[in-house]
Amino acid sequence: MIKAILVINNHGKPRLLKFYQHYSEEMQQQIVRETFQLVSKRDDNVCNFLEGGTLIDGNDYRLIYRHYATLYFIFCVDSSESELGILDLIQVFVETLDRCFENVCELDLIFHVDRVHHILGEIVMGGMVLETNMNEILQRIQEQDKIQKQEAGITAAPARAVSAVKNMNISQQLKDIKLPDLPSLSNLKNAF
Amino acid sequence: MRSHYEECYAKPRAAPKGFLLAQSTFQLFEEMALRKVRSNIDRLFDKSLTDLIRGIRNNKDNESRFITQCMEEIKQELRQDSIYVKANAIEKLAYLQMLGYDISWASFNIIEVMASTKYTEKRIGYLAAAQSFHDETEVLMLTTNLIRKDVNSANMYESGIALGGLSCFVTPDLARDLAADIVNLLACSRPYTRKRAVLLLYKVFLKYPDALRPTFPRLKEKLEDPDPGVQSSAVNVICELARKNPKNYLTLAPVFFKLMTTSSNNWMLIKIIKLFGALVPLEPRLGKKLLEPLTNLINSTSAMSLLYECINTVIAVLISISAGGDHTASIQLCVQKLGVLIEDSDQNLKYLGLLAMGKILKTHPKAVQAHKDIVLRCLDDKDESIRLRSLDLLYGMVSKKNIVEIVKKLMEHVEAAEGSHYRDELLARIIGICSWSNYQYISNFEWYISVLVELTKVEGTEHGAKIAEQIQDVTVRVESIRHFSVSQMALLVENAHVLLAGSAQQRSNMCEVLLAAAWICGEYSQHVRNVQSVLESMLKAKPSVMPGHILSVYVQNIGKLYCSLMAKAEEEDDWDAVDSLDNLMLSKLPQFELSEHLEAQERACNLMTIIRIVENLHQNREKMGAEFQKLYDGELNPVATKAQRKVPVPDGLDLDAWIGEEWNSEVDSDNDDGESDMEATFGAQITRPKMEGFGERNEEEFEEVDDGKKKKKGSKKERELTKEEVEARRKQREQEIEMNPYYVKGTATAPKRPTRFGNPIERTENIEKEKEIIQSPLEIPGVVGLHRYMEQQDSTLSWKKAKEGKKTTKPTKKGKKGKKARRTTSSSSEEEDQVIHKVNRNDGEMPEGAKSTDDEEETNAINNEFRALDMDLDAPLRPDEVVKAPQAYQRVYASQHKQGPLVPRPPTTFEPKPAPEITAPTVKKSLKKEKKDKKDKKEKKTTKKKTLLNVEASDSKSNLFNMDDWLDDAKASAIVSAPKKTLTVEKAAKKVKKSTKKVREAYEETSGVCTPSIPQQASPVSSDASSSSSNFQKLAANKSISVEFVARPNEDPLDHGRVTVHLQVKNTGGERMQKVELSMVDTLNAKLVKDSESPITLADDLESMTTSEAAFDVQVTATNVSRTMRGTVTYFLVDDQGTRDDKLDLRLPLPSTVFIIPNSSIRKDDYSNLLASDDVDFAASQSVKTSEIKLKSVLHQISKKAHFSIVEETPKAASLFGRTVGGQPVCLLVKRTTDGVQIDGKAGDEQLVQSIVQDVAEICARV
Repeated sequence: MIKAILVINNHGKPRLLKFYQHYSEEMQQQIVRETFQLVSKRDDNVCNFLEGGTLIDGNDYRLIYRHYATLYFIFCVDSSESELGILDLIQVFVETLDRCFENVCELDLIFHVDRVHHILGEIVMGGMVLETNMNEILQRIQEQDKIQKQEAGITAAPARAVSAVKNMNISQQLKDIKLPDLPSLSNLKNAF
Repeated sequence: MRSHYEECYAKPRAAPKGFLLAQSTFQLFEEMALRKVRSNIDRLFDKSLTDLIRGIRNNKDNESRFITQCMEEIKQELRQDSIYVKANAIEKLAYLQMLGYDISWASFNIIEVMASTKYTEKRIGYLAAAQSFHDETEVLMLTTNLIRKDVNSANMYESGIALGGLSCFVTPDLARDLAADIVNLLACSRPYTRKRAVLLLYKVFLKYPDALRPTFPRLKEKLEDPDPGVQSSAVNVICELARKNPKNYLTLAPVFFKLMTTSSNNWMLIKIIKLFGALVPLEPRLGKKLLEPLTNLINSTSAMSLLYECINTVIAVLISISAGGDHTASIQLCVQKLGVLIEDSDQNLKYLGLLAMGKILKTHPKAVQAHKDIVLRCLDDKDESIRLRSLDLLYGMVSKKNIVEIVKKLMEHVEAAEGSHYRDELLARIIGICSWSNYQYISNFEWYISVLVELTKVEGTEHGAKIAEQIQDVTVRVESIRHFSVSQMALLVENAHVLLAGSAQQRSNMCEVLLAAAWICGEYSQHVRNVQSVLESMLKAKPSVMPGHILSVYVQNIGKLYCSLMAKAEEEDDWDAVDSLDNLMLSKLPQFELSEHLEAQERACNLMTIIRIVENLHQNREKMGAEFQKLYDGELNPVATKAQRKVPVPDGLDLDAWIGEEWNSEVDSDNDDGESDMEATFGAQITRPKMEGFGERNEEEFEEVDDGKKKKKGSKKERELTKEEVEARRKQREQEIEMNPYYVKGTATAPKRPTRFGNPIERTENIEKEKEIIQSPLEIPGVVGLHRYMEQQDSTLSWKKAKEGKKTTKPTKKGKKGKKARRTTSSSSEEEDQVIHKVNRNDGEMPEGAKSTDDEEETNAINNEFRALDMDLDAPLRPDEVVKAPQAYQRVYASQHKQGPLVPRPPTTFEPKPAPEITAPTVKKSLKKEKKDKKDKKEKKTTKKKTLLNVEASDSKSNLFNMDDWLDDAKASAIVSAPKKTLTVEKAAKKVKKSTKKVREAYEETSGVCTPSIPQQASPVSSDASSSSSNFQKLAANKSISVEFVARPNEDPLDHGRVTVHLQVKNTGGERMQKVELSMVDTLNAKLVKDSESPITLADDLESMTTSEAAFDVQVTATNVSRTMRGTVTYFLVDDQGTRDDKLDLRLPLPSTVFIIPNSSIRKDDYSNLLASDDVDFAASQSVKTSEIKLKSVLHQISKKAHFSIVEETPKAASLFGRTVGGQPVCLLVKRTTDGVQIDGKAGDEQLVQSIVQDVAEICARV
């Protein structure tokens, strides 16, 4: 079973939290902080398995993580999951994101966290691995996007117009936003 | 809401001007839209999720204020009627939840959004729900029907998000109410939905364990689902279940074994192999069976993950069968592969290699030792995870020879370690290694004590108590170490302030060592060099600083020390000393009476009173020493762990009864207990007893020779005692000066001040003391510690030998001069060490009459959540074990259930095997009717009974499925490939006969038709179709349609893998049927031969009670195995009200006997020649119980259904012959036995003969 999936950036900001076991919001934030503490002090060339931390109460659980550019993808799993299998799963997840967002970077995850959740929902369900075949996952996501587009067709027109106006207003602001360097995640894919 | 949008969309269009000005159409449209929107609904200017995120990023400095403002807006938005607006708000909330904001207040709004008709909005709702709902979310009660609707939605994605969401927030209530719906979804035609339903079942079981047993057969079925994703999900779920309660899933081993040997899906293989890893400890024979396929996988697979799991399971196998047999090859293979992993440059593989190696270690430590060097190298790895794993392996690497080296290395790590987790782990590991199987690896206990003392310097560890325990344990067990240990502990006690310094948290841990120190000093006071000084240090302890439990140990041991000092003084009639001692006690002890810790307080008061009494007696110059010593008499021995719990409760002891005044006697017995090893005259013993093994004898000899110039540890004479006292006081003074911040001290003067004993050694010691103080605040002067111990060892100068040397030579500094001489003595004494250390390596004392077996239950092994799922899955279902169909009034249900008939919507049983699309609705319908029509009731009851019986039959079948056969029989693959054992069907039938008559009728009616794995048997409707005497066999039926079939092989020898199946469809219901179509699901080795993808039309129009025929071809890849294909007949029923569709699921059996060419004959002598030849060298046999007595009719069935021809027939046996389409001859011998028939077969193909015998046996069983 997968107990939790966390995506945290290099500064400890959560980009996606998915807990398959209930934790209160404060607890979740504490776990994020603690987990970040654990992973952030590790070099990139050490192993991807970790023990210790609140999330891992009892020795059956361990953290399995991967570091892509600015993001840590961290899975907390118990001993019924294969360690290398989960590493592959993280890879599948990231590659799927890459395909869905076309050269995914942290910004995509920031602004489309809902979509990331939906994508994750096609891969893991209730803490168990649902699908690992990327083509199948992508096909399902595309079909759902289609439904979304159809539904958005008429009713969302005014909303789109408004958001277009809003975007005009803030376009200047957007330039002013100082983003941390966000290299594309896909560039690092071959690191593994 | 929609109307709003349509309005604002439509308005600009309606305005003709907008169309006229083409180039500005968009602008105009936008403006008007905006105006409209602004006037009607400001809500469009609500922040979208993107706006919110942008806003947060722009307001980095006052983020929380911005979010509070957004929250207010969201609350506003949630008050709107528009679901669109609400969805937007909820989407934002879901984001804020991730940032740590509580959104539970919006639970109801989330449900509103979940109920949206739009997929996009619904998805937002479910996402927010999945993120924030949990067991305590009360509004979840309201969602039952919503979720039921969504789960059963026609849109697969809607059902998908509902299932996914439910998996995150399912509660016991939801699980109970929705279990039936989810089970029904297992039969959904879309793998996408099936997959999710299967996974969700696990969550349902967790929350509602009652669903497990009735649902399990359905879940098991999914292991053979045509879709690999569904199959893998089912494996996943069963693995999760089995991991927690493996013994219940042992019977599934054959199924998984088959999957393992046939599947190529690595994900699934990993899961299965992991599952086997959990099963093998329960069944060693399974392990033996697994070794070969696993070894093959290890050698063949290129996937590291799979390889690793295989190794893991092989290790589990080896552990389980370690008792018998030689599996060196397998161990070697594992260790070799793991060695490759560990040496890999990939840190992940290294980590996993070490992890797995740790498992082998437990049973095959020698095998691991080959990799000792690598493992030790890993100790220095930069990666903490890897270091931790290699620590695990140290147990196997340690030997008497290298333990010192290894521990030294670990101690270095302790110093360098960052992070308390790793340091604690190291500490625990050092202690673990050293105490391994009662100090097996330790030959030099002095060294070990030094290590432990060194460990007390570690800051901020949580293992203080552990160290204390070790010091105590070693001192108790190793008599010869006591002197050394006491000397160290005395120093610790005298320097307690060092250990007590620092923060409260840190202190509470390491000061545990003081407990051991105080106890050791007290208990072995005869070894204490300077009792007075130790006693005074103890009395100085501050109750405010010291934890209570340590304080109480202090009090107890103060008593012991006092006793020993006092007895000695009395012995020597030194009444001055006695009086000063009494005064010391009476002045210092009262502070302990003020301790907050009750036990410390109580003990202090106790001791105080005793001393007052003693003091009174002393006034009269009465000697009390001998009497007083009785309090602390007796030797303590190590006590085994759990010894206390193992004391059997004696007969007649009522633990609940009041014990009243018995309290007094208990106290007495406590102290009188045990035989007294020590001499009654404790005081006389105060002289240090001869300590062999530390050169004590030599020392004493020297003492005799020496003129007493040097300091003595313990002394015989009073004169020396007072000197000792003076010395101690001086030390104490020095300490006080040191501790006192107001005292102006010249750092060097105090130690350098020549004493009466003006001893050069002491001076050096003092200098060293200083150095240490500078080095580390935790360093305790005089404590040997590991470094110094090792240093001394290096120069072959042990603590006491230093003195020895000092006595013989005239040393100015430690060591150096007398090295040569000492080297010889030390080496000899080292040998002595090893020989003489008498170590009590027993497990410890056990109480008399203790239970020898370790029958304690490991209660904490699995938590309750999973224990609830611990149930026998093979036992037949009880009638009340059903998954309830949706209940209209769930809350009332519990009470109504008992009353039976009053239940508003009685529960539907769900059938384990049949297609639920057909049966479930019919049953439901009949239930509805029942309300109105009481006559129907009876019918329904029988239906229910039948289905229940079928459940029972199939369940008992799997129960009786003989694991032993499978595990023991090398040729068991036949059974594996066809898990339906006819034999057991008969048994099940017999079982049923014992129950009521009615029941039996119900069962036999269906049992005569087919094996339990074929669906129509489970169909609740008994049919009259069996009347047809043609070759057609019944395939499936429901109340409106029945399907019969006959399969004939293609006799063309070049294309013999083809079978023509003729189907006969009969409309048995009263309505007209249209568009009767059949679609078959291709399996890996059986495919439908067809031109197009469209289903096979069986009949376009079928009147009531008419039949229609159709034929199709099936291509199989191998003719020597039996197989089943699944298919569905769909049709439209036309009646007065209109047309409705329905369907019937079927399983088309294609047994291997299909490929026997009918009417192939052979002459008798050719037959016997054939039997003697090599052509038929594979044999198989099986015996079947039949109800039919006559062999003749059995043979008739065989020749009719399996196309064998009879060669020779006697009253008790017959030989039959058949030829497959491939031209292979098959010989059968059917023999009558007392209660059935025995079938022996011979053919040229192992697989073929096994399947044929199996199939024929099934035919016989059905006769």
